[in-house]
Amino acid sequence: MQLPDAEGLCAALAERLRPGLHPDTALVGIHTGGVWVAERLHAALGLKTALGRLDVSFYRDDFSRSGLHPQLKSSDIPFEVEERPIVIVDDVLYTGRTIRAAMNEIFDYGRPARIDLAVLIDRGGRELPVCPRWTGEILQVEPGKNLQLERGEGNKLTLRLIDA
Amino acid sequence: MRNPQLTKNGELQHLLTIDGLPREILTAILDTAAPFTEVAEREVKKLPLLRGKSVFNLFFENSTRTRTTFEIAAKRLSADVINLNINTSSTSKGETLLDTVDNLSAMQADMFVVRHAASGAPFLIAQHLAAMGLEHIHVINAGDGRHAHPTQGLLDMYTIRHYKRNFNDLVVAIVGDVLHSRVARSQIHALTTLGVPEVRVIGPKTLLPSEVEKLGVRVFHDMREGLKDVDVVMMLRLQNERMKGALLPSPQEFFKSYGLTADKLQCAKPDAIVMHPGPMNRGVEIDSAVADGPHAVILPQVTFGIAVRMAVMSMLAGA
Repeated sequence: MQLPDAEGLCAALAERLRPGLHPDTALVGIHTGGVWVAERLHAALGLKTALGRLDVSFYRDDFSRSGLHPQLKSSDIPFEVEERPIVIVDDVLYTGRTIRAAMNEIFDYGRPARIDLAVLIDRGGRELPVCPRWTGEILQVEPGKNLQLERGEGNKLTLRLIDA
Repeated sequence: MRNPQLTKNGELQHLLTIDGLPREILTAILDTAAPFTEVAEREVKKLPLLRGKSVFNLFFENSTRTRTTFEIAAKRLSADVINLNINTSSTSKGETLLDTVDNLSAMQADMFVVRHAASGAPFLIAQHLAAMGLEHIHVINAGDGRHAHPTQGLLDMYTIRHYKRNFNDLVVAIVGDVLHSRVARSQIHALTTLGVPEVRVIGPKTLLPSEVEKLGVRVFHDMREGLKDVDVVMMLRLQNERMKGALLPSPQEFFKSYGLTADKLQCAKPDAIVMHPGPMNRGVEIDSAVADGPHAVILPQVTFGIAVRMAVMSMLAGA
């Protein structure tokens, strides 16, 4: 399967976001891949509000089944959430459960004006009513495979397909 | 024999003592605690991890700080917390410890936080739950006799790592009444497991356990000598209520030799931190000028204690 160039997709996604942004819009990347994409978008769009980062482990719906993941990151929301337009950024959108967890977490910081979703890849397979406003590319990925964003030498982003 | 605190997959099932836990688990607890510290700065200081779980605080011995921080930790994780005031409960009417546990288990308890004057009481409860087929109920030792106080030891390690970054080049001194101190035992096991190259204990012969050096510590009876060039000073509370017989001439005499004053602290490194598990006896083991001074990290210890207890509870509940 030919995978698209992740850096090119980030640039294209930034251009799609640009017309829909408000001066106060804040981007919130989801650890780990979503943060990398959000960093690219934040730089390309020249946003004045600092970038937010979420580790949604504390809000996941599979905690009672699989416990906490060993490599937790701190969530960091360096701006006032109350009444602010927020764009959640993730690398690969699949079941939608991560986005549900991210929205729950954001609401614990305050009541945002609105939340939109931007993803690099939409791979289908949704289990919740979650729909991105901006998508880099739609890819059909068969179940049992993981589509992952990786960061290599010189911080270059690449997509990789591995067996789940 | 398998460590009774671990599941067969090597995950933490109960937290009873630091003794015998591998370094990876201690490090995992400290790493997990870090993101919990950030929750205190949010509008809603609550996470949904223990939603619908019942945590019973079983304190057979008095405690304010430990019980309160466990209660805050459980509530920030959205658990329902039930505090049992043992003095006014069935135990004072003659119910045995295990009968109390059975009754609370029948009320769908998910976790017991236990403090008891008898060393080994939390282990006895964990063993009993296993025998009853109630392995899904987790036990946390909140201090048992002179044996262990593992969450205190862990929050102390978190505090040290926060200020000193690494363990592998530190000299740490534990000062005072080591004999009666479960905190000291947990600290020594944690420090040596995490790779602190030099752990010292400082105190009079009457307040140090015999053969304490077998735990891997250097023993000093002279405080100035023991504090020379240390990075971390961990003071212990003089346990008046546990003092039997004439171990000490007087608290004033103790302060003269082993009370931490600004003058004695000069022997330590200039950037040394001073810790105390509380409650402090000012003017007995620590001078107010030090307790309120620039080296003290005693109040941050309390704050970090909440995050560390949240981490432990989450790891147990997810095991």
